[in-house]
Amino acid sequence: MRTAQAVAWKEIQIYFSSPTAYIVGLIFLALTGFFFTQDLGDPFPEATLVPFFDGAIVMFILLAPALTMRLLAEESKLGTIELLLTSPVRDWEIIIGKYVASLTFFLVLVALSFFYAALLFVFADPDPGPIYAGYLGFILYGAAALAVGLLTSTMSNNQIVSAVVAMGILLALFFADRAFGSVSGLAGEIIGEMGVRGHFDDFSRGVIDTTNIVYFLSVIAFFLFLSIRTLESRRWR
Amino acid sequence: MIQAEGLTHYYGPYPAIQDVNFGVRKGEILGFLGPNGAGKTTTMRIITGFMPPTHGTVTLDGFDVVEQSLEARRRVGYLPETVPLYTDMSVNGYLKYMGTLRGMAPKAIKARLGEVIDVCRLGDYRKTQIGKLSKGFRQRVGIAQAILHEPQVLVLDEPTIGIDPIQVVETRRLIKELGKDQTVVLSTHILPEVSMLCDRVLIINEGRIVAEDTPKNLAAGLQGVDRLEVEVGGPAAEVLPVLKDIKGVNDVTHVNEDGRHTYTIQAQGGKDLRDEISQAVISNGWSLRGLQMVGMSLEEIFLRLTTHEEL
Repeated sequence: MRTAQAVAWKEIQIYFSSPTAYIVGLIFLALTGFFFTQDLGDPFPEATLVPFFDGAIVMFILLAPALTMRLLAEESKLGTIELLLTSPVRDWEIIIGKYVASLTFFLVLVALSFFYAALLFVFADPDPGPIYAGYLGFILYGAAALAVGLLTSTMSNNQIVSAVVAMGILLALFFADRAFGSVSGLAGEIIGEMGVRGHFDDFSRGVIDTTNIVYFLSVIAFFLFLSIRTLESRRWR
Repeated sequence: MIQAEGLTHYYGPYPAIQDVNFGVRKGEILGFLGPNGAGKTTTMRIITGFMPPTHGTVTLDGFDVVEQSLEARRRVGYLPETVPLYTDMSVNGYLKYMGTLRGMAPKAIKARLGEVIDVCRLGDYRKTQIGKLSKGFRQRVGIAQAILHEPQVLVLDEPTIGIDPIQVVETRRLIKELGKDQTVVLSTHILPEVSMLCDRVLIINEGRIVAEDTPKNLAAGLQGVDRLEVEVGGPAAEVLPVLKDIKGVNDVTHVNEDGRHTYTIQAQGGKDLRDEISQAVISNGWSLRGLQMVGMSLEEIFLRLTTHEEL
């Protein structure tokens, strides 16, 4: 466990000293600011974060892979993977350490966006339910997106390939309910349920449904499990 | 300390090593010698637990590197061929991180860090970002991380490649020093390095071990016949039969280089014939200008073993 901590701490330090993370932060805050103010020009604007959340989850299809692509792909490229795998460290400790680091950086971004919520509470009288639930949903979604990115970073030693594949998976999850809407019967239902949107929209409406929480936690667990397996399989290739 | 049995590793359908067996005793320095692509790195990666062999087993201090991987890995310090460094970390930060990964307690790391930095002469560069260090210093940082946790087994893949001659000498001295109480396995294709450093050599070619012995024995064993080079001041036509008549001489060849007559004498069974030869030359009234024994160099042995000519 101490080694997982060490891995996480090292990665966090790299996040806060690397330009990529700051660029991601800049884009995230600048664009979500735009989404947030979008509806304010309305004669009767609603005190809501829904446009912010909607924009943020679409942006995270692009931004989450940018945060995770480096995590293991670079270790392979630098050859430091050889040190990691020959140290007395379990494979899951490496994956969890890396994951926790990316999650930490993401949570810092989320915390910075509390500014928008604070503005609403100061200048208006928003319904707090959807805001709290929306943040819970957004954090769960972000955590899932990072797990997807971590898996693709484990699979390739090329950061670009890793990022593009992760974006593909996230896009597929995002559009699952629409693109496969034409599939009928059980298969259609299963594919529809895999879609991120349906599960996320409940949160931003202020509904905290255990099904949705279980959905996101399962996605996270599934992709982390695959990441650990993929790292293990490196030994056999 | 290290016991490898029947190691075979395939990359796809191609065997990188086939049926490699060897053992290394505690405190021994074993050298892997072979041309590029012979399977040295593959063997080292298997020893360090980076990848499992397709067939065969390796045990370190009794722990199987596949079955009891964590225990085995705790005992290994490894310097891969391309020194794996996080270029955006400082020397200190990198070593501390590696120490933690190797399971050292923070206190132990603190106590050991200064020592390792002294041994590897990194004192002035503790705070320097690794990306800004020259190749030679990076190599030292690489060695520092390998010895930090005082591993029982040190695996060094081409430790002196690509650094300048002064640093090569330093690195060799360091390895020799480490080899006093640790088991060291190193690979190289620099032949003199092997005779300088290693107690024992494995010559590996096309994935198979073709010879295994001490550097000295390898030279002697392969040679069978010792050679002497004699330079004599006297008429070649007379000198040649006299030399051939000496008891124990198998064959004499003569070279005339601008009036310098050099004779290469093959002696039977490694006999030292220097006394007999000098007496024969002097008693005939010629002058003995030079006399030296010529051992077969490791280069020659190596070439003989790794090229497909019959001995």
